[in-house]
Amino acid sequence: MNRAQRGAAGSRGLGTMEVKSKFGAEFRRFSLERSKPGKFEEFYGLLQHVHKIPNVDVLVGYTDIHGDLLPINNDDNYHKAVSTANPLLRIFIQRKEDADYSAFGTDTMTRKKNVLSNVLRPDNHKKKPHIVISMPQDFRPVSSIIDVDILPETHRRVRLYKYGTDKPLGFYIRDGSSVRVTPHGLEKVPGIFISRLVPGGLAQSTGLLAVNDEVLEVNGIEVSGKSLDQVTDMMIANSRNLIITVRPANQRNNVVRNSRTSGSSGQSTESSLPSSTPNILGNLLQGEEESDEEDIIIEDSGEPQQIPKAAPTSESIESLSQIELLHESTQNGFLPSSEMNLKHSAGSISMEYEVPEPGRKSLEEDGTIITL
Amino acid sequence: MRRFLRPGHDPVRERLKRDLFQFNKTVEHGFPHQPSALGYSPFLRLMAIGTRSGAIKLYGAPGVEFMGLHEENNTVMQIHFIPDQCQLVTLLDDNSLHLWSLKQHGGASELLEEHRFTLKGPPGSPPSATQVTAVLPHSSREVLYLGTESGNIFVVELPSFRVLEDRTITPEAVLQRIPEDNCNRRSCELVEALQEHPKNPDQILIGYSRGLIVLWDLQNNKATHHFLGSQQLENLYWQRDGSKFISCHYDGSYTQWPVSSDNRQPEPLENTVPYGPFPCKAISKIYWQTTKNGLPYIIFQGGMPRASYGDRHSISVIHGSQQTAFDFTSRVIDFFIIFSSDPAAEFDDPSALVVLAEEELVVIDLKSAGWPAVHPPYLASLHCSAITCSHHVSNIPLKLWERIISAGSKQNIHYSSMPWPIDGGTNIAPDPPQRDLLLTGHEDGTVRFWDASGVCLHLLYKLSTVRVFLTDADPNDNMNTLGEDEWPPLRKVGTFDPYSDDPRLGIQKIYLCKYSGYLAVAGTAGQVLVMELNDEDAEHVVDHAEADLLQDQEGYRWKGHEKLKTRDGPVRFEAGFQPFVLVQCQPPAVVTSLALHSEWKLVAFGTSHGFGLFDHQQKRLVFVKCTLHPSDQLALEGPLSRVKSLKKSLRQSFRRIRRSRVSSRKRRGGGGNASEVQEANAKFDQDALQEMELAPVQRKIEARSAEDSFTGFVRTLYFADTFLRDSSRHCPSLWAGTNGGTVYAFCLRVPPAERRMDEPVRAEQAKEIQLMHRAPVVGILVLDGRSTPLPEPLEVAHDLSKSPDMQGSHQLLVVSEEQFKVFTLPKVSSKLKLKLTALEGCRVRKVTVANFGSCKADDYSENDLAVLTNLGDIQIISLPFLKLQIRYPCIRKEDVSGIASCVFTKYGQGFYLISPSEFERFSLSTKWLVEPRCIVDMPEVTSNNHVHNKSGTENAARKS
Repeated sequence: MNRAQRGAAGSRGLGTMEVKSKFGAEFRRFSLERSKPGKFEEFYGLLQHVHKIPNVDVLVGYTDIHGDLLPINNDDNYHKAVSTANPLLRIFIQRKEDADYSAFGTDTMTRKKNVLSNVLRPDNHKKKPHIVISMPQDFRPVSSIIDVDILPETHRRVRLYKYGTDKPLGFYIRDGSSVRVTPHGLEKVPGIFISRLVPGGLAQSTGLLAVNDEVLEVNGIEVSGKSLDQVTDMMIANSRNLIITVRPANQRNNVVRNSRTSGSSGQSTESSLPSSTPNILGNLLQGEEESDEEDIIIEDSGEPQQIPKAAPTSESIESLSQIELLHESTQNGFLPSSEMNLKHSAGSISMEYEVPEPGRKSLEEDGTIITL
Repeated sequence: MRRFLRPGHDPVRERLKRDLFQFNKTVEHGFPHQPSALGYSPFLRLMAIGTRSGAIKLYGAPGVEFMGLHEENNTVMQIHFIPDQCQLVTLLDDNSLHLWSLKQHGGASELLEEHRFTLKGPPGSPPSATQVTAVLPHSSREVLYLGTESGNIFVVELPSFRVLEDRTITPEAVLQRIPEDNCNRRSCELVEALQEHPKNPDQILIGYSRGLIVLWDLQNNKATHHFLGSQQLENLYWQRDGSKFISCHYDGSYTQWPVSSDNRQPEPLENTVPYGPFPCKAISKIYWQTTKNGLPYIIFQGGMPRASYGDRHSISVIHGSQQTAFDFTSRVIDFFIIFSSDPAAEFDDPSALVVLAEEELVVIDLKSAGWPAVHPPYLASLHCSAITCSHHVSNIPLKLWERIISAGSKQNIHYSSMPWPIDGGTNIAPDPPQRDLLLTGHEDGTVRFWDASGVCLHLLYKLSTVRVFLTDADPNDNMNTLGEDEWPPLRKVGTFDPYSDDPRLGIQKIYLCKYSGYLAVAGTAGQVLVMELNDEDAEHVVDHAEADLLQDQEGYRWKGHEKLKTRDGPVRFEAGFQPFVLVQCQPPAVVTSLALHSEWKLVAFGTSHGFGLFDHQQKRLVFVKCTLHPSDQLALEGPLSRVKSLKKSLRQSFRRIRRSRVSSRKRRGGGGNASEVQEANAKFDQDALQEMELAPVQRKIEARSAEDSFTGFVRTLYFADTFLRDSSRHCPSLWAGTNGGTVYAFCLRVPPAERRMDEPVRAEQAKEIQLMHRAPVVGILVLDGRSTPLPEPLEVAHDLSKSPDMQGSHQLLVVSEEQFKVFTLPKVSSKLKLKLTALEGCRVRKVTVANFGSCKADDYSENDLAVLTNLGDIQIISLPFLKLQIRYPCIRKEDVSGIASCVFTKYGQGFYLISPSEFERFSLSTKWLVEPRCIVDMPEVTSNNHVHNKSGTENAARKS
C-alpha cells in the first residue's frame, strides 16, 4: 500500500516530506506537502485513516530535532512539527485510554533511549508500573509564575489560586527595610516582606515564595508607601486570585529568560516548560478571572414566573409549599446544568444558582468545583 | 481592574466636580479637651480658653468663635487680654509668650498669631531666672510686666517684645526699701502675683511667693509700701477703689490689707480662714466685689478643710449671710466674675460667675435668688456620659422641632433665665439653611438631642431610657439633699458624670423618623425601645416582647450579661419621647443594627445572633432569623462582642496616650538633669527598637471563610419598597447584611391602612446573596428607575421628595468593607463593582448617600456616596456608576475612635469626635457650609487718658 507513497517521498521533492507513523506495533509511511500541511483535524483524520482506526481516540506525538517526544494536538504544534521535521517526521500514536503521558516532555535527550524503548516495546513498558497522570489541562493549577517576559529577572510574579482548595494561603507578612538604588546613592526604604510560611499551606507548597522575599506588588498595585495593614487588606481582598510580585531573597533560582518562554506551570523554579502548556493555562485563567468573584444568589421564591402575578401576596405565602416542591426538581437538575454553564462561563459574567435554603451548604462546596 | 485607577479626564466632569465638592473642617463643637487656661476681656466681652495641646479658643455671643493653635502644641498656662485692645498674650509651659490679634479680613474677624517671644536671661544664668510665673499687661497697652521664678520682674515692650532692661525690677531694688530685720533675699524669690492699682496706673502690687507684698511706684522706681504676710501667698486682688486689697494664702486663709499714704508698713485689717479651724487647703484665687447694699461678694477657689473635703473642687461665694460652696464635677482650671465694666460705676455689682472646670463650663447667675446656673449656648460637655453612638437627621420639620424644644424647655426649668452674659462680637454668618438634629447615645442610657444646624451645638432635649428598667441606682437619688445647716454648704453643680450605673443601659443605635416623631433606640443588653413624642407627661405601661434569635438552634449557652430587668406596672414619663414598647433580644447581646419604617410601623433589629422584625402597631413579632454560624462559639457565648473589645482597646490606647503625655510633662518639668533624661530616652528608644527587631509585627494573610467568628453579626438593616420577586410588582422588603458577607432579603406583606390592626404583617425570605469575598456588609441601598436612592419612609407623603420611579428597573447596591457592587433587581445579577480594598488597601468604615448641590448652578444636584475608610480618608463615589470622584484625608488613621464616631449628614457634611468631648464638623459640599463667621469690633474707648478701669480678671494669674 505504501510503495507509491514511499517512492514519492524518496524522490525528496522540495514540496514533500516523509512521515513515519507508528501505532502499537504497526508503522505507516506516507508523505505530506510541506508547504500545505493542512489543519491538525485533517492530519488526525489522515492518521486514523492510514492506521485504519477511524473511531479510536488517540494521542499524537512526534519527536523533535532534540529527540524530545512532543504532543501534536492543535494546528500550531502540528505546523511546528511539520516545519521542523528534517528529513523525516516521526509520529507516535497512542490510544488515549492507555496513553503514557510521562513520555512527553523535555529532557528526553538523556532519556531518549528509554522513551523510545518504552514506546517501541510495550512489553518492556509493562514491567515498570508508571503512575498515570493526566494532561496539563486536566490539572487544577495552584500557582504559576507569570509575566516572566516583562519583569526584571530579579523579580518574580507569582499567582496563587486559592479557590477550590482547602489549603490556607498560609503566609505572613511583616514590615522591614530594603536597600534601593536612588539618584542619591543607596537608600534604605521601608518595605513589606514575607515573614513566615505555614507548613502545608498553599504558599509553602508551591515553593515560589520564601521567607524574606520582598513584596513589591499585589495584583498589579505597588505596595510602596502603603502600610502593613493596607497590604494585608489588599492581599486578603484579592485572596481568591492573588498575584504577588516579589523580589526573592534567594536570587539564585531566578527564571532564566528564554525567548520562547512566556509562562510556566511552576512546579518548580528550575523547570520551564516550552510547549503548548502556557496556552492552556492562559485559557484557563481567562475563565477563572470571570468567575472568581461570583457571588452566590439563592432565590427562595423559585422562578419569577412561578409567582402568581396578580394575586395578593398573602396567597403567595400559602403557595410556598408548592414552590418548595419546585425547588426539589431544580436541585436535582442542578449539577448538570451548571456544568453546562461552565462551558461558556467565560462569556457569562454571572451565574445564578437557584437552590432552596437547606441545600446551601452543599451548594457552596459544589460551587467551588463548578467554577473550575 | 486597572481601569479604575485611570483618572477620568473628562474636562466637563472635572469642572463639575470642582463646583460640587470641597473639603473643609469648619468648626469644633463641644467642650475643649484638657483645658488649661482661661482668660476674659470685659472690654471685648470675649472669653478665651487654652488647652494642653496648645489650642486657644475665643468665645463671645453665640456663634462668635475663634480658634488658634500654637505651633509648639505646648500647654497654654496663662491667657491675658491686653486692656482695651483686640489682642491677647498667651504663656505656654515652654516659657514662650505669644501675641494674638483679632484682625478683620474679608469682612470677618480672624485670630492670628503676631509675635512670639521667649525671655532670655544673661548668659550662664539658671533657667529659673527667666521662668515666667506672672504676667501683667499694663493698662498703658505699651508694656508687659513679667514676674519670674528668680524674683526679677522684666518689662517687655509691646508689640515688639523688646526687653526694656533698664526698667527691670530686681529683688535687690525692692529690698533696699524694706527693713532688713523683716526680710532677706529669699523673701523675694518667685513672683506669685502682679496687679496694677485700679486707679493709679503708676503703681503695681507685687506679691512674692513667701508672703511679702510690695506696692511699687513705677515713676520713681521704688517701693512705696510693703506688707508682711506670714503665709505663703497664692494670689492678690485689688478692691475697686484701690483703698484695700486682698491676699489669699496656701493655708486656706485670706487677708485684707489697707493702702494709705501715711502708713508705709500697714498691718492686716482682717485675716480669716473661712473653713477653719481645721487645716484647710489653699485658696488659690479670690475676688472681692463691692455692691450697692454694702455687702461685698467674696468669691474664692479652694480653701476646703483638708481632711474631710480636700478632694472637692469648690468655689465659694459669700454674700452677707449667704454662703455656698459650689462643688464641681472636675478640677477647677480657673474662673472669672462678670461685673460692671463701666469705669464710672461706683460698685462692681457682679452679675455672673464663670467657672472653667476640666470637663465643663459652669456659669452661675449671681443676680437671681438661689444663684442658679445659666444654660450655656455652646461649650456643651458632650461627654458628660461617654458617647456610644450618634445619629444625624437633616432638615427637621418645624413642627417636630418645636415639640422637641418644648419638651426640652420643661427639663430646663432649674436654669436661670439670665441672657448669656458673654456676648462680645457679632455673628454675621447667614442663618443655617435648615434645622438639623444630632442625636448622641450615651453610656448611661440617655439620648441627647443637639441643635446641629449652626456653629453652636446646643442641647435641646435629653431623653433617658433608664426609667423603663430597674437598676441598682435609684433614679430619684438626689445629690443635693444636704440640709440647710450642713457645713461646708456644698452644692453640686454641673452635668459631667462619667460613671455609668450599669453599662448595659448604653445606647448603641438610634433611629428617628422626623415626619412621624417615632424614635427607636437600642442598647447594649439587647433592648430595643420604640417611642413616640408626647407633649404631656404620661403614666403608662410599656409593652414587652421577647425576640429569641436562636430559636431553631439548640444547645447553646449565653455566657454574657443578663438582660435588664424591667419595671412592672405603669411608669411615669415626662413630656417628650415616651417608650411604648420594649423588644428584648435573646440572648441579650448588643444590638448592632436598627431600622425603623414609620409608614409600615415596623422596626427591625439585629445582633450578633440574628435579626428580627417587630410590628409596633400590633405589638407583635413578625419573624426572627438566626444568622449564626453553628461553629461560631465566640458570638454565641458573648460577651466578647467586637464592639466591646474595640472599646476596651480604645480605652487602653487612651490610657497609653495619657500616660505618655504625663510622662513627657514630667520630663519637661525635670529641667535640671535634662541630659540624664535624654540618655534614658535614647536607651529606651534603642530597647524598643531592638524589641521590634526581635519580634516584628506580622500579619496573617488568609482568605475569609464561612467559619470565621462573628460572620452572623448583623451589620446593616434596610427597608425598601422594590421589585424583589418580579419586575411587574413591587412590595415592601427588608434587607439585612452580615459580617460574613451575606445579604438576606425578605418580602413583606403589610396590610392596607384600614385593615392594619386586623391582619398580621407577613414576611418570607425571598433572596440570599453570599458575597464571595465574604467581607462585612456595611450598607444596602436600592436605587429606583432613575438611579436615585429610594426616599425615606413618609418623605413622599410629606411632599418632600419626588416619588420614586417604579417604572424603570431598580438596582441594588451592596457596600461591603471591601467592595461596592450594583446588582440588578429582581433577578440579582452583578452589574458593576468597585473593588476598593483590592485597589487601595483601605476598607469602608462608614457610607452614606449624600446630596451635593452645585455652587454655580442652583438647579443642579446629584447623589453620591460619601465613604469614610479605615485610613481616615473620605472618598466620594458616584452613583450609580461607582466612579471614584475625589478623596480627602480627614482623620488620622491612628485615631480609631475618631473614625468609629464619624457620622455623615444627607447634605455632605459630617461630624467625628476629636476627643471624648468634641465633635469636629467637616463639609464635603461647596453649598452647605456651616462655619463661624463673626466680627469683633473695638468698642468705643470713652476717653484715652483717664483712670483705666482695670478688671482683675485680666491680670489674674492662673493658679491651680
